[in-house]
Formats: sequence, C-alpha cells, structure tokens
Amino acid sequence: MTDTHTGFGRMHRKEDARFIRGRGTYVDDVRLQGMLYGAVLHSPHAHARIISVDTSAAEAHPKVKAVITGETLASLNLAWMPTLSNDVQAVLATDKVRFQGQEVAFVVAEDHYSARDALELIDVDYEPLPVVADARRALDDDAPVIRDDVEGRTDNHIFDWEAGDRRRTDEVFAGADVVVAQDMLYPRVHPAPLETCGMVADMDKVTGKLTVWTTTQAPHAHRTLYALVAGLPEHKIRVISPDIGGGFGNKVGIYPGYVCAIVGSIVTGKPVKWMEDRSENLMTTSFARDYHMQGEIAATREGKILAVRVTTLADHGAFNGSAQPTRFPAGFFHVFTGSYDLEAAHCEVTGVYTNKAPGGVAYACSFRITEAVYLVERLVDVLAGELGVDPAELRLKNLLRPDQFPYTCATGWEYDSGDYAKTLRVALDMAGYDELRAEQAEKRAHGELMGIGLSFFTEAVGAGPRKHMDILGLGMADGAELRVHPTGKAVLRISVQSQGQGHETTFAQIVSQELGIPADDVEVVHGDTDQTPFGLGTYGSRSTPVSGAAAAVVTRKVRERARLVAGAMLEADPGDLEWEAGRWYVRGDQEAGVTIKDIAMAAHGNLELPEGVEGHLDATTVYNPPNLTYPYGAYICVVDVDPGTGKVSVRRFVAVDDCGVRINPMIVEGQVHGGLADGIGMALMQVMAFDDEGNHLGASFMDYLLPTSMECPSWELGETVTPSPHHPLGAKGVGESATVGSPVAVVNAVVDALKPYGVRHADMPLTPANVWRTIQGRPFRTDLAIT
Amino acid sequence: MKITVTVNGQEYDRDVEPRLLLVHFLRDELGLTGTHWGCDTSNCGVCTVCLDGTPVKSCTVLAVMADGKSVRTVEGLEQDGELDPVQKGFVECHGLQCGFCTPGMLMTSRWLLDNNPDPSDHEVREAISGQLCRCTGYENIVRAVRWAAEHPGTSTSTSTSEEEVTA
Ligand code: FES
Ligand code: FES
Repeated sequence: MTDTHTGFGRMHRKEDARFIRGRGTYVDDVRLQGMLYGAVLHSPHAHARIISVDTSAAEAHPKVKAVITGETLASLNLAWMPTLSNDVQAVLATDKVRFQGQEVAFVVAEDHYSARDALELIDVDYEPLPVVADARRALDDDAPVIRDDVEGRTDNHIFDWEAGDRRRTDEVFAGADVVVAQDMLYPRVHPAPLETCGMVADMDKVTGKLTVWTTTQAPHAHRTLYALVAGLPEHKIRVISPDIGGGFGNKVGIYPGYVCAIVGSIVTGKPVKWMEDRSENLMTTSFARDYHMQGEIAATREGKILAVRVTTLADHGAFNGSAQPTRFPAGFFHVFTGSYDLEAAHCEVTGVYTNKAPGGVAYACSFRITEAVYLVERLVDVLAGELGVDPAELRLKNLLRPDQFPYTCATGWEYDSGDYAKTLRVALDMAGYDELRAEQAEKRAHGELMGIGLSFFTEAVGAGPRKHMDILGLGMADGAELRVHPTGKAVLRISVQSQGQGHETTFAQIVSQELGIPADDVEVVHGDTDQTPFGLGTYGSRSTPVSGAAAAVVTRKVRERARLVAGAMLEADPGDLEWEAGRWYVRGDQEAGVTIKDIAMAAHGNLELPEGVEGHLDATTVYNPPNLTYPYGAYICVVDVDPGTGKVSVRRFVAVDDCGVRINPMIVEGQVHGGLADGIGMALMQVMAFDDEGNHLGASFMDYLLPTSMECPSWELGETVTPSPHHPLGAKGVGESATVGSPVAVVNAVVDALKPYGVRHADMPLTPANVWRTIQGRPFRTDLAIT
Repeated sequence: MKITVTVNGQEYDRDVEPRLLLVHFLRDELGLTGTHWGCDTSNCGVCTVCLDGTPVKSCTVLAVMADGKSVRTVEGLEQDGELDPVQKGFVECHGLQCGFCTPGMLMTSRWLLDNNPDPSDHEVREAISGQLCRCTGYENIVRAVRWAAEHPGTSTSTSTSEEEVTA
C-alpha cells in the first residue's frame, strides 16, 4: 500500500523506516576499506606553555601509523585555522594551551583502542601559567594575556559592540517613574546531542578528491572553508553529512579534530575515522551562552514599559569562535526589545577571552535570542514584582498590538506579523491561570511553595537577507533544484540537511502541496555537497524560512513550466489555463485538463513545444529572504518547590506557539516538545562551571546533567497561526522557539515560588543546592565551583 | 579470548580482546551498527540492548561477559518482515527525531511490554529514565509505548496515511 498523502498536514515521517530498524547511517557507522582510526590528545591544563612534545614512544607502537603534532601542522601551514568570527584557533597547539581539553596531538592507528593506547605514550612537558577562569576578572590589569600569539596584544579584550540609541534610552530612563535593575547570568551550557562530533576523511590520491562524512549542520559552508583554508580545490572536496544524531548548534563549526582527520588521511593515504568521546565533546566543542548581563527596565507607575538597557560581559573562551552572521558579534542579542512597544532600548556587549573552550553561539539559541528573551522576560517579571501587579496583566498591557505590524523595534529589527495578546490569552486559558493563582494563594497560606512563571518571546529567525548578513563573506541565501521525472515522480535537492528535523518529509510535503502530487512521490536529497545546490545550512531555525521558501519557489517555477507544456498539449493559450491541485485545465472547461503526470511525460516526449520552452520538467532557484521571520509564543510553567531540599518539580508546562503556517503539525509539535525539555534542563540542571584553575566541572554526563523522562512533565501545547506576510508559504520556522522561550518561564516560576522569602532573582541552573542556598539568602555563582 | 555469543538468534564465534566492550563487539565485529554509543559514563543509554532478555547498557558490559549468552538488538526486532509493535508505535506517535536514541528506547520498551503489557505513562517514564533523548522531550516516546501496548498484535502495514497518526 502506498501513501497518497498530499500537501501539508500530519503525515508520518519518511525517514522513520530506517531509524526504527537501526538502519540509519551516522558518521560512526561509515566503514571504508583499510580505514584507520584517529584520536586526539588533550591538554590537562587550562593555560600552560608547551615546552616539548615527545611522540617517539607513540610512534613506536606497532599499530600506530602516524602521529601529528602542532609542529607537523605548522609545516603545512595548518597549525591555526580561521574561526567563524574572524579570529584564529589553534588546530593543534604549538606555543601554549589555552583551555583545558585543548587539542595537542593526533594519533592515527589501525584500530580505535590502539589509537587511544598510543595517546598515553605521548609525553608533553607543560609549564603551567596563571589562569583566567572568571570572565569578570578577564580585563583586570594583572590578568594574564591569553592571546599572546597575536602580536601587540596586551589584554583579553575582544570587542565592544552596541545597538540602539544610548542617548535617547538614557533620557527615557531619566524621566521614568520606575526603574528596576537586575544582574543576571546566563551560564555556559552545551547542546550535547547524543551523537558526538566526528568525521571519516578519505583522500583519494589518484583522483585528488577528498570525501568526508562528517557531523556538520552546514556541509556547503564547510566545503568552502576547507577549500579556502587548506587550499584544496573546491570541486575536489565532497562533504557528506549523513544521518546526524542531533545538532542543536553543536555541529555548525569546524573543529580541530576534523582538520586532523583530513590531514591524517592525506598523510597515511588511507581513510581516517575520528569520533569524539563524550568528555571531548563537552570540553572542547562549541559551548553556548556565558553572558553576564546587567539589565535595567524603565516604566511608568501605571505599568507602561518604556525602555530596556543592558550591559553585557560575554565570555568567548580562548578563541573567538562564535558562529553567527559576521557583522553581529553578539548575534541577534539586540532583539531583547522582546514583544513590547518600547520607546527606547540600548545594549552594549563586551567580549572577552578566558581560559575556556571557544564557541559561543550554539544550542538552539537563534543567534543569542535565548539570552535576549531571558533578559527581557526576567526584567518584566522583576518589574511586575516592583509594581505589585500580576505578570500576565503587565505583559498584556504592553504587548505589541496587531495593528502595529510590521513593527520596527528600538534596535532596528522589523517584526513581520503577530497577534500577541491573542496567543497569551490562549495560554492563560489553557493553563487556567486564575485558578492556578488561587491555588497558589491557598498553598502559600500553608507554607507550601508553588510558582507560576510566564514568558512571552519573539524570535528573529531565517537568516538571512543578503544585504544584512553573511558568514565570513558567504551570503545566507539557499538554493533548491526540482526535477520531475517522466512518470511524474520528483526529486528535490535542497541545500540544508537534517539532524532530526524530518526534512525528507516536510520538504516533500512542500513540493506535494505546490504540485499536487503525493508527498511519497517526492524524494528529497540533502546533506551531500556533490548532489545539492549551495546554501548555508541548518541552524538558527532557518530551514523552513529560507530553504522551505526556496522549495516553494522552485516548485512554482516547475508549475509554470508545466503550464506552458500543458498549453501545447491542450492546444490552448497558457494564459487561459487554471491550476487546481495537480493539474492545469482550460478556464471554463474543467474537463479539458492534464495532470502533472501527463505533463511530465509530454515534457520528456515528442510533443512539439512552443518557441522558448526547453522541455523536461525541472527548475532551480536561489532564495534570498527579504526579511527574517518572527515566530513567537506564550509559555506558562507551574512548579512546586520543596522548601526543605530546594528541589524543583515542574508540574505543568503550557506552550502556545505561533510559527505561522505549519507544514507538518506533528513535526512542529515534536520540535516544541524537545525544546521545552531543553528549557527544563537549562533552567534546572545544565551548567558548565569551572574552578579557579580552569578545570571543567561538567565534563561528563555524570556532572553535566540533562533532563530525563522523569523531570519532564507531559507538555500541553496550543497554537495560533499568524502567517508571515513575506514567506511564500506563510511559515516562520519553529526549531528553536521552545529552547529560546522556555528557560525563563521555568526560572520565573521558581522565583515566583520563592517570593515568600523575598527572592526576586536567582541564576540558572536552579539545582536543589542553588535553590536551597537562595532560600537561605546565600546564593552562589553558578559559573564557578560552589563555595 | 574466544567467545560464543548468540545475537538476534544467530551464533557468532569470535576471538576478542578481553577489554572489548559489547557495544564495540556488536558494531565493529558484527557490523550491527543499529546499536549506538553516546557517552563514557553509562548515562545516555543509546547503547541499550537486551542480554538474556534484560536491557543492559552495552557500553558497560564486556564482550566476554556475553559469552554463552544471547543478545537482542534493534536489528532483531523485526520478525519475518513484521515490525514489532513498538517500532510501529514510534512511527505512529512520532517518537523519534534524529533517531540516535531510538534503538535503545525500542529495546527497553520491548522489555517493558514483555513484563508489563499495560504500563501507565508513569511506568513508561520510569522504564526509560536511564536513557536520554535530546530531541523529543520524551512525550511522544511515552505515547509510542502506550500505542504499542494498545496494539500488541497489529499486522504489518507500510501505510503512512494521515488517519493513523495519533499525535
Ligand atoms: S553509551 Fe552512553 S550509556 Fe552506553
Ligand atoms: S530522537 Fe534524537 S536523541 Fe532521541
């Protein structure tokens, strides 16, 4: 039985058939003839000079084929590589190590176990140096200079950046009835997909072609960067991103291990596989957040919010490897104007180096919008407390109205569409907000701690318009190619790939919707640079807003070509034809029509085609989005806190998302579920803290805690649909909405629960220890070792 | 060391290093890559297989410990072309996204239903609490197992029609 599902709507995923049988092909499943195995030696120190690296014993290991060090790479001019933020990062350290876990050497051996054995045989002599583990000390006069590789550098300052109108904002603040300030930390976290990062690199010396199977969310961008960095001809590089076991931003960047695997294959002439272990993944690959924010909000006594300003210290680690559109060193953080009609807003962000792993934008944050949403939604709650008004009421009073769209916010973003109050009302109704408040009052009277937390978030996703953004000079437009075969079945080639988003299904549904053929008749090809058009990849919730639009546009092009062919078939003027799902017919004569299937065969057959019509049924396109899309949502979290232990239990979570038109609601809901679990994780348990010596205190899943089925409630989802006016399908993207919007709802709920103790803020993660100490009035810095 | 392990009903004789983990034995020696690996500390559970009928984390079992025993992996769930109800349930209820945790989740789910054919949501959550999923927020996994409990003997269907989606 074949499926005839056509168009948008709930539909089972095509990709599931292989995954439920254990027949997915992840990078670690790739096995090539004669393949060797690589392993990386990491630094135990956070900051130390390398005196010597002795690899002789490792080289003498009978199963070792090559040992690569920083010196080896320096001779190839590959010891350093550019980062996505116009800095450089050491591939293998030559002069110093600058964070614990930094890559120092790479061993290639006949098997995985031997490669790891040989790491033990490498003798590195280090001279430990003073460490900067606390971002707030990075700019101290006596702070050791981490990046002395850069000539003339005398401090750890990376950049100062600002957005908004400082003078105007200061004026509004000066004239406001009420001003509240709150310092807050969005601690360093890690996306931790269950599949770690890895690569199989295969350099074919005869053809000169390098093929890599790798955990990348951006295969085309990686190919171009390998070409630019290593000087390999781009047409001789094929990047395959096979099935990927989750990405969440972790698989955007290029890591030293990838470069080592490639060099390993070049040096040995054999395919080389390198897969991280979990500690390597947590310690060395892109972290996220690490924003120290001093926020302020200004309002009238009646509760009209007037302005927000913030000073942020951004910890970028030892190399500035933050992955975002290059012109935005703080990502899209300046959309912290949120969902409110502000008169003014201003932010300044200072980026600093510390002895921690590089990275900075990763983990489903839509380029730091999660930090922005956290800031403004925490401030609104703090303000509500100050004014003594209900946080839901305060939000309803200040949300943008539908007639204000398109709305240009105080920091310059143009919000496309929204009916915010409606969405918040749906959430309040679903939650039974008034009853919850009544229950809370009753509980408080008995000394029980129950909290209700809200957040209302607006995202800016779908990067991005060519004129506004690029990554290292690469524009953020996406290509798509559609070919309809003679029998009416189609193949769509897209530039984005999937790490679980279900593109093989949703993109088939887009073609299906636009062409009126069953989704099962559309094969989606993705994740292979030799087989797909150029585009920048899957992150920042950009697949549907950018590539989804490309798929719609290219299908419409094919439909137009089909109209011309249909005209020839029907001997009618193409202008007189009408479209209905799957066929063109002559206006006024419904019977006189031909289906896409008929047209496809005719287009490949011997039908005489009019002048200028090429025949066959295919098209290509490149979609450059005119603006970002602005999905939004209203979240309500209900928690119970045990005053004796500080343990937080999330009892309910109501999430109402408006991501415009939903292509496959089942997949949308699944993505929201995953993001909500992430929110629980970040708010309650996930953190990467460091001690004074820069030791990583969250280097395994024993210490870096992720939410399990027991900490997650049964999610309660709702929706409103406000189409994007500029997206061809009206869709806005949703992949990161819940990760962006949910952490602050949980925190607001916990702080609300702790109100009887006079608590108005506590930093994430709200572990039992942290909550208990907060109740005692002795909160601690969650980014440092607990003292 | 010489070992004999029965995997999905087939007997394998192999000479292995004593330190070889069962997960690597399955993946590298037998080519059964459906069983995944995801952490160094027995926390993630993507490596879960059934050893003599009981779920174990195969990263925490040495291959030699499986000598003389029988292992069932995700590849052994489908019988004579017939998907196991838990496999169908995961498709029906969208219990997977990236699919990396899925084989382990399926094995535990099968074990749970063998021992408790009608588990409550809470019992399902407890059963899978030693396994992580980063994509689904667990909700649809719970629904998928419940679906399988409600359809213990469903016949094979490759249909993916809209009506059957129970999201
Ligand atoms: S690999 Fe993580 S528990 Fe076995
Ligand atoms: S489906 Fe991706 S980890 Fe569970």
